[in-house]
Amino acid sequence: MSADWPAWEVFVRARRGVNHVHAGTVHAPDAGLAIENARDLYTRRSEGVSLWVVRSSDVVSSDPDERHSMFDPAADKSYRQPTDYELPPEVAHM
Amino acid sequence: METEEEKFDALIDADDRIEPTDWMPENYRKTLIRQIAQHAHSEIIGMQPEGNWLTRAPSLRRKAILTAKVQDEAGHGLYLYGAAETLGTDRSELLDLLHAGRQKYSSIFNYPTLTWADIGAIGWLVDGAAIMNQVPLCRCSFGPYARAMVRICKEESFHQRQGFQIMLTLANGTDAQREMAQDALNRWWWPTVMMFGPADADSPHSEQNMRWGIKRISNDDLRQKFIDATVPQAELLGLTIPDPDLHWDEERETYDIGEIDWDEFWTVVGGNGPCNDDRMATKVGAYNEGEWVREAASAYAIKQAARAKEVAA
Ligand SMILES: [Fe+2]
Ligand SMILES: [Fe+2]
Repeated sequence: MSADWPAWEVFVRARRGVNHVHAGTVHAPDAGLAIENARDLYTRRSEGVSLWVVRSSDVVSSDPDERHSMFDPAADKSYRQPTDYELPPEVAHM
Repeated sequence: METEEEKFDALIDADDRIEPTDWMPENYRKTLIRQIAQHAHSEIIGMQPEGNWLTRAPSLRRKAILTAKVQDEAGHGLYLYGAAETLGTDRSELLDLLHAGRQKYSSIFNYPTLTWADIGAIGWLVDGAAIMNQVPLCRCSFGPYARAMVRICKEESFHQRQGFQIMLTLANGTDAQREMAQDALNRWWWPTVMMFGPADADSPHSEQNMRWGIKRISNDDLRQKFIDATVPQAELLGLTIPDPDLHWDEERETYDIGEIDWDEFWTVVGGNGPCNDDRMATKVGAYNEGEWVREAASAYAIKQAARAKEVAA
């Protein structure tokens, strides 16, 4: 099998004032070429003003099997939501 | 406790998305890898028929447009290889399979581009059919594939419009130009109609793929949608679709077409179309000729990393 360059995750900031958002991946031998490849692949139509690349192998992810113990505890804490508080209609904006 | 399979089925039933880290049936994974790879290869091989006209585009503007379109197709291939990689394969493996003739690409790209009008016909018809196919895939149950398709669909509209505009220009041009446009339509019409794949009765995997949310609309339904959208466009161009049986069906409220030549379809799928050998030779040749570039970039990356270490030390 032919060897390939490592994969990099690409994040694009669409414009000033917003976060970098994950766009996809590229393959490249180093960070510099990863940025160049990401530019050619993800920003050909003014989709971005800034790029991040991170080696895919450096991304640490939560364990999908522990999804329930990780995220379910939030499900029964509706008191953390503003909608959980019913106020008299006279209080128009709060 | 719910089994993994029950959890998967529940997600599918709820029309939710499956993500790479989820458990999935082995066949779902295999089907997706095969389909996404074939789709990626099609984008990559699809650069060749149009690339053939890059140096002969009739104006600088047309040349810039065609370059941009061909570059988009390369990008589509890369988005799709990326989506396939989330399923545990990798791009080099898929390319090896393509180069060894063990994975396929869309048969449409095995037809030659003989005149400039073919570039118009490809944008209008082939990209038009691709859009019909790809829009429902934006709702595919596998998240990374669906997201790649959203990105691709955003770029496809330009492809079809520039093609139609080429046809429009030729159709309103001299007699010779109009004939050239008609000739391109004559040659590309039926192969494009075949792009949607075998008739529903002859697509054995369709039902399972529908159940899994990989396929949303059947081959025949997509084909019909394409025909209904395209016939009025041909009328607008003043060109004639090469099908004497084509007519509006009052009852079904849709266009009926003549018999599709499935022998031709299977001949091309089987590797014996007009350009199959040429397309593969070009693809493998380009890959092999690019070897020194890949080697040089890798060597440079290693050197730079060593240098950075030295500086740090
Ligand atoms: Fe494409
Ligand atoms: Fe396209």
